[in-house]
Amino acid sequence: MSTQAKQRTSPKAVVVSAAVLLANLVVHGAIFLFFRDASLNPLVTAVLAVIWGVLGVYLIYMSLNWAAERYPEKVRRKILPYIFIGPAAILLGWLVVLPALRTLYLSFFNASSDKFVGLANYAAIFSDRLMGIALRNNLLWVFIGTLACVSLGLLIAILADRSSFEKLAKSIIFMPMAISFVAAGVIWKFVYYYQPGDEQIGLLNAIVSFFGGEPQAWTSMVQPWNNLFLILILIWMQTGFAMVIFSAAIKGVPDDILEAARVDGAGEIKIFFRIIIPYIGTTLLTVTTTIIVFTLKIFDVVMVMTGGQYDTEVVATQFYRQFFMYRNFGYGSTLAIVLLIAVLPVVIVNLRQFRKQGGF
Amino acid sequence: MARSAKRKGSKTIVNIVLGFICLLWLVPTLGLFISSFRPAADILQTGWWNVFPHQAWKQSGETVQLSKDLDLRQPIEVNGKTFTDDQLKQGVMVDGERLMWENRRQRTLSVMERGWEFKPDLTLDNYKNVLSGKEYKLKNPDGSESVQKGTGLSQAFWNTLTIAVPATVIPILIASFAAYAFAWLRFPGRKTLFVVIIAMLVIPLQVALIPVLKDFTSLGLNGSYLGIWLAHTAFGLPLVTYFMYNFISQLPRDLFESAFIDGASHFTIFSRLILPLSVPALASIGIFQFLWVWNDYLVSLIFIGNQPGVQVMSMKIADLVGSRGNDWHLLTSAAFISMLMPLAIFFLLQKYFVRGLMGGSIKG
Repeated sequence: MSTQAKQRTSPKAVVVSAAVLLANLVVHGAIFLFFRDASLNPLVTAVLAVIWGVLGVYLIYMSLNWAAERYPEKVRRKILPYIFIGPAAILLGWLVVLPALRTLYLSFFNASSDKFVGLANYAAIFSDRLMGIALRNNLLWVFIGTLACVSLGLLIAILADRSSFEKLAKSIIFMPMAISFVAAGVIWKFVYYYQPGDEQIGLLNAIVSFFGGEPQAWTSMVQPWNNLFLILILIWMQTGFAMVIFSAAIKGVPDDILEAARVDGAGEIKIFFRIIIPYIGTTLLTVTTTIIVFTLKIFDVVMVMTGGQYDTEVVATQFYRQFFMYRNFGYGSTLAIVLLIAVLPVVIVNLRQFRKQGGF
Repeated sequence: MARSAKRKGSKTIVNIVLGFICLLWLVPTLGLFISSFRPAADILQTGWWNVFPHQAWKQSGETVQLSKDLDLRQPIEVNGKTFTDDQLKQGVMVDGERLMWENRRQRTLSVMERGWEFKPDLTLDNYKNVLSGKEYKLKNPDGSESVQKGTGLSQAFWNTLTIAVPATVIPILIASFAAYAFAWLRFPGRKTLFVVIIAMLVIPLQVALIPVLKDFTSLGLNGSYLGIWLAHTAFGLPLVTYFMYNFISQLPRDLFESAFIDGASHFTIFSRLILPLSVPALASIGIFQFLWVWNDYLVSLIFIGNQPGVQVMSMKIADLVGSRGNDWHLLTSAAFISMLMPLAIFFLLQKYFVRGLMGGSIKG
């Protein structure tokens, strides 16, 4: 930063800003080491970390800003933006952008990352049986999960709009969104629970046996139906999200259009398909892509419910297994890149949308 | 007139259908909640719905004494009707009553009648057991005592909090500075950088995990609070920056101009004017980031691994599912403890929560 200013500024300013930069590095380096090596009570650590996170980080900006003010106006205006975005850029560069590139690089190497294998990992992924199952399941998740979340969300949003307890209903449907997938996994494991014998304590099996059916071990049962029972958990959690957003969009449909249609004798179903759906088209697209992206990366549910056994493996769990259990960095990286490629269209749509909105 | 009556009728149908859906949505959580208060033995013997008043067969107090030398292999005659031994083992219906062996060797039958049963047996033991890391004495139904070791979830609760609070505060501060620069400062590379951030919104974080883990290993950051704060900060930054950009860039231009005329620097404007004005946005995205970290499983799993002192609740619960998958008294109460924080936030701060979630839903 200081090099930019060389020609036009006093050497004192350069020295001062270099000193400030150095002091920041030393102080925060020391704090970094302290936090790394300290074995304090976790609560004390947390309090110190919050203080560091707020005051320390704030002080970085303040001291750098102070150093920048040593420079003449013209130079200052040039370096100030980089002070503001600097920490964010450094963190993102170190922990997201570079790692992504390194993952791409690793995906061309073998399991222990010491031999270049070209595209062999990619070829292997699409021919390996387990990977094939993971890819198939991911497609099932994305297709069924998204379709169900979107259509149910839309249905509930419309019902709630016409009901007399809209707020309560929305709260109830939306609530699962707040809890973790791990907790949701426990909830549904209990619903699906199967024990041999007459008395079933799992709700689903109790209902099935009440109606004279045969209790089943739902999540390990004949494939591929067990996947559906896992997808049901996603639907339970994500429908609320779709519903809340659709509900906001539906309220934006002007009343006079709806009234006019009703006066003309259009039925509710016709109104829904001819007026409401076209009106909320953009929202529909946004929600759909959001849920697709979310579903592509599904990991926790499968991990908690089955650990990927009984052919319920998905790409993200395979990634974890390849990387942590089989120590196959090549496969692991390749799977991560496959996920990345799968979301690329969404990235492009997002960027287009952003440009259209006149983001810049 | 007929029209409004029809409307009213359809409203009733809507209410019924929606009520049914809501019930479906609520019942799984309700089951978990109720089960978490039931004694371990009860959970495994009867469904959680048995805590509600329900019809069940109960001893009426009457017994039927058959002759002691009755041959059980022959059809057995009771009050003029004949049954087999198997039928009496299962229980058999006679005139709205049920006959069942009370003591097969003594040849006594008990007469059971159907009646309402309501004796919810609820306890807080599960919570005590799951929260503490100490050994626990449990009284078994047969009077004997067994010692169980608690799972130490309270430790995990504090760990989660220790991780979640800094991992919320730090990225928000850093991202707000960046968002301000993107919104109100002009500098070369601004567009490119911002496009990169938007692209990062949906990037699956799996692509970063392996190299970051390698870096952390060489820096000695694995299994430390610092490492996981940094990871959550970086993974949360794109979204928080984007969210804050949307808010800060919508602020009226006049605000800045008048401040500038007064001679305020960008730094002063940001900390004196923008941050206080952004409190609602900060609250929304703060809640979202906090819950994201609180509910996270993957990032903790990878960067904490099996460091027992630092483990968060989601890992503990996932471990419990794996190691004690049938101990429902532990699982249900543990899961409910982990849900306490999100549910409290959900019900108390619903407005902010929804706003943060709608803005933050695209997080990777």
